[in-house]
Amino acid sequence: MTSTKNIKQTNNLTFECETGNYHTFCPISCVSWLYQKIEDSFFLVIGTKTCGYFLQNAMGVMIFAEPRYAMAELEEGDISAQLNDYEELKRLCAQIKKDREPSVIFWIGTCTTEIIKMDLEGIAPKLESELNIPIVVARANGLDYAFTQGEDTVLAALAQRCSQLKSNDLSSDYIVNHKPLIIFGSLPNFVNKQLTLELANQGITVSGWLPSSNYIDLPNICPGDYVVGINPFLSRTATTLMRRRKAKLIVAPFPIGPDGTRAWIEKICEVFGLEPKGLEERESRIWSSLEEYIQLLKGKSVFFMGDNLLEVSLARFLVSCGMIVYEIGIPYMDKRYQKAELDLLQATCIKMGVIMPKIVEKPDNYNQIDRIKDLKPDLVITGMAHANPLEATGINTKWSVEFTFSPIHGFSNSKDILELVTRPLRRNSSLPNFDFKL
Amino acid sequence: MKLAYWMYAGPAHIGTLRIASSFKNVHAIMHAPLGDDYFNVMKSMLERERNFTPVTASVVDRHVLARGSQEKVINNITRKDQEEKPDLVVLTPTCTSSILQEDLKNFVDRASMDSIADVILADVNHYRVNELQAADRTLLQIVKFYLQKFKLSNCLQQIKTTKPSVNIIGCVSLGFHNQHDLAELKRLFYDLNIQINLIIPEGISVAELKNIPKAWFNFVPYREVGGLTAQYLKDICDIPFIDIVPMGIIQLSNCIRAIQNILIDQGEKIDYSSYIDRQTRFISQSAWFSRSIDCQNLTGKKAVVFGDATHASAITNILVNEMSIKVVWAGTYCLNDAEWFREQVKDICDQVVISDDHALIADLIAETEPNAIFGTQMERHIGKRLSIPCGVISSPVHIQNFPLSYKPFLGYEGTNQIADLIYNSFTLGMEDHLLEVFGGHDTAKSLGSTLSNKLLMDWSPEALEELSKIPGFVRNKVKKNTEKFAQDCNVKQVTLEIMYRAKEAIST
Repeated sequence: MTSTKNIKQTNNLTFECETGNYHTFCPISCVSWLYQKIEDSFFLVIGTKTCGYFLQNAMGVMIFAEPRYAMAELEEGDISAQLNDYEELKRLCAQIKKDREPSVIFWIGTCTTEIIKMDLEGIAPKLESELNIPIVVARANGLDYAFTQGEDTVLAALAQRCSQLKSNDLSSDYIVNHKPLIIFGSLPNFVNKQLTLELANQGITVSGWLPSSNYIDLPNICPGDYVVGINPFLSRTATTLMRRRKAKLIVAPFPIGPDGTRAWIEKICEVFGLEPKGLEERESRIWSSLEEYIQLLKGKSVFFMGDNLLEVSLARFLVSCGMIVYEIGIPYMDKRYQKAELDLLQATCIKMGVIMPKIVEKPDNYNQIDRIKDLKPDLVITGMAHANPLEATGINTKWSVEFTFSPIHGFSNSKDILELVTRPLRRNSSLPNFDFKL
Repeated sequence: MKLAYWMYAGPAHIGTLRIASSFKNVHAIMHAPLGDDYFNVMKSMLERERNFTPVTASVVDRHVLARGSQEKVINNITRKDQEEKPDLVVLTPTCTSSILQEDLKNFVDRASMDSIADVILADVNHYRVNELQAADRTLLQIVKFYLQKFKLSNCLQQIKTTKPSVNIIGCVSLGFHNQHDLAELKRLFYDLNIQINLIIPEGISVAELKNIPKAWFNFVPYREVGGLTAQYLKDICDIPFIDIVPMGIIQLSNCIRAIQNILIDQGEKIDYSSYIDRQTRFISQSAWFSRSIDCQNLTGKKAVVFGDATHASAITNILVNEMSIKVVWAGTYCLNDAEWFREQVKDICDQVVISDDHALIADLIAETEPNAIFGTQMERHIGKRLSIPCGVISSPVHIQNFPLSYKPFLGYEGTNQIADLIYNSFTLGMEDHLLEVFGGHDTAKSLGSTLSNKLLMDWSPEALEELSKIPGFVRNKVKKNTEKFAQDCNVKQVTLEIMYRAKEAIST
């Protein structure tokens, strides 16, 4: 069990901001899960060798499965404007259309297209009509965004396309006794189904998901419709839905962990004036199925270095599990979009009687490692760059990226989160203690 | 613009970082946007590094874009100087930040005034050179910088060692089996009674570079990195160098003879021929192995080879000259070294391929239908799709190419390692015979799940069953040949009879 020295006791969450020298994935990595989610899409990343090298290595074996993604690799002639962007993109997209026949091409703008000010938003509509294929532009670059925020930029761009596809005749198919509800955020299809079913049990019908598993099935979003997010990193998408589509945003905690899922559903019920049914029992049944893991976690401390914006929700869940959170590093903190989640975190800390964690935006990894050495947490959730070196100094680590690639949403996937979190603890207790140094 | 899915060599800054992180106590700072520090992940994952990778980013964000880096880069350099106390800080841009055209040289000059460490700017053009060329250049740049510095302060060690000694130049972090090769080279020089003066850059500190001139000669084991440095040292300090890749028995003996000549030139009385003879006969098993009955079946088997210039050329040589395997084509993605590569292999294979386009390589492999492929991870996956076995002989690599066990490619132990790799890549002996008699042994899988291409023709149930008995890795080929034969005979259905006739027609 860890001591809580050096940590000041406060009753409010504290927010700090450091230098932003931290390790995370480039936001273009969203391509790797979005091309799988949107099955009729093709993602074209317009960037340099550096971008290509990152994707090639980060996507691992996926790259060998003929993914529906490619680099439009910029060459010296493109940088110095000796070549015409419009002509070059036309040539490439015509080829993609011919070879792959996608329903939509996404252009992922990168740092380089920002720096050379390539007018992707200007070129896209022209090429779109010329090639007769929708082209959606998202600027998922490392100048402005971190890792999962890439998905946010893509979904924000996609949100603009929502009502252009078909007229609003969804409600005629079945009886809906509340205003249409659209959920935004990319999830594996089976998790979509699980969450849809949870809401159906409360008498709530989900009118559509952004993104849908096919571009041509994008939901219709009309002024006055309700939208709710399932991931904490989707603030641009939320803003776009509110401002451009005039939708009403339900600000709720995120359905991560049984506590989060229940709060998420309750908030939606509340907005629609429905009385939640059987949620308390459902939540406590899930908790009791987690008992084995919770025994391992109780009283242990955790430190989030911060790289994927899931940190607040995960920290809140782990506090519910009886852990002590020292620090929540996070790339970017949208206090308005995450308001309900932050409130729940605070309430959970008070309920569990543990210290309020410090939330550090744009963290500095060097300083963090200093603090980790002082605090000696039982678990550090961090990127792969620091995991092995920390393990070598005797600190348990969990690779943070796994949380973005595993199903973690809803009641039924809570176990998966704890499976991940407890893995280093279980592994280390199953390894023998050597009487020599490693 | 170029449509690209895969590249064999990474961007330039990776090469620079590989050099910087090979030295002891050298810190690299990347002038790069958030997320470009993926190098740290690779270093920590692939090499299972226990220490923090000495690479940090001076993050280029929207503010930098608007106002320039201003003091940010300088502050980051001086901060690292205080925190880590490195001997040298190498500043490098990435493809992206290099187009900002900030005056990084100026930042470097200003930062070096305030820091104890030396500070240099990696001098590579990110749009003209790749990872390997950049590594070669950065190594030269660092060596040059310190030789000049030591010369000015008069602390360059000019006197040769009393006994023959060597600098090994070009063993670099994240190199393909570099760590094991290095151990093997140490053993080789120990056997030859040659001291190792310096290993550059792996594991040395920059201060040790003052000892460079003490070596009698330089040794460059790989084509890709170290050549520029060795040439520079020859021009400036008159140190001769050897750049014969010591891979395979023939090249090894050539290499050792070249070493012998260099030492004789410098007045040593040595004769390594009995050493070469002993090693070839007793330490390396591969010479005997290629004469053994087991290996006879390899004769005339078809192979293709692709990789970096060093490994692809050496493996081609081994396949052809040491194991009598037919190399249909050999290729490299090191476009800058095409001429040298062509010279090495043009007489021993039918065709030389110089390309960094993996799709072209995939098409060539499919067309050639070799019995085995020797290539990179990309070719391994191409092989998987075509059901052709592949031995990985060159980067780009996965984590399984950083084995825990001792697996050098260089030196006499390397020859054993390579012989195993080659032999195990082919399907041989009993397996081969089983194929010949059609039955095979891999009949557990149902037809539908392993037959990737759909049947073009109607097959009789008996013929289908027979087809299913053929081992997976040649089934497609048999199917294709049989269908072609049936088409040529204008037959509507493939029957058992047609199948046997097809086999006869093809085998005669």
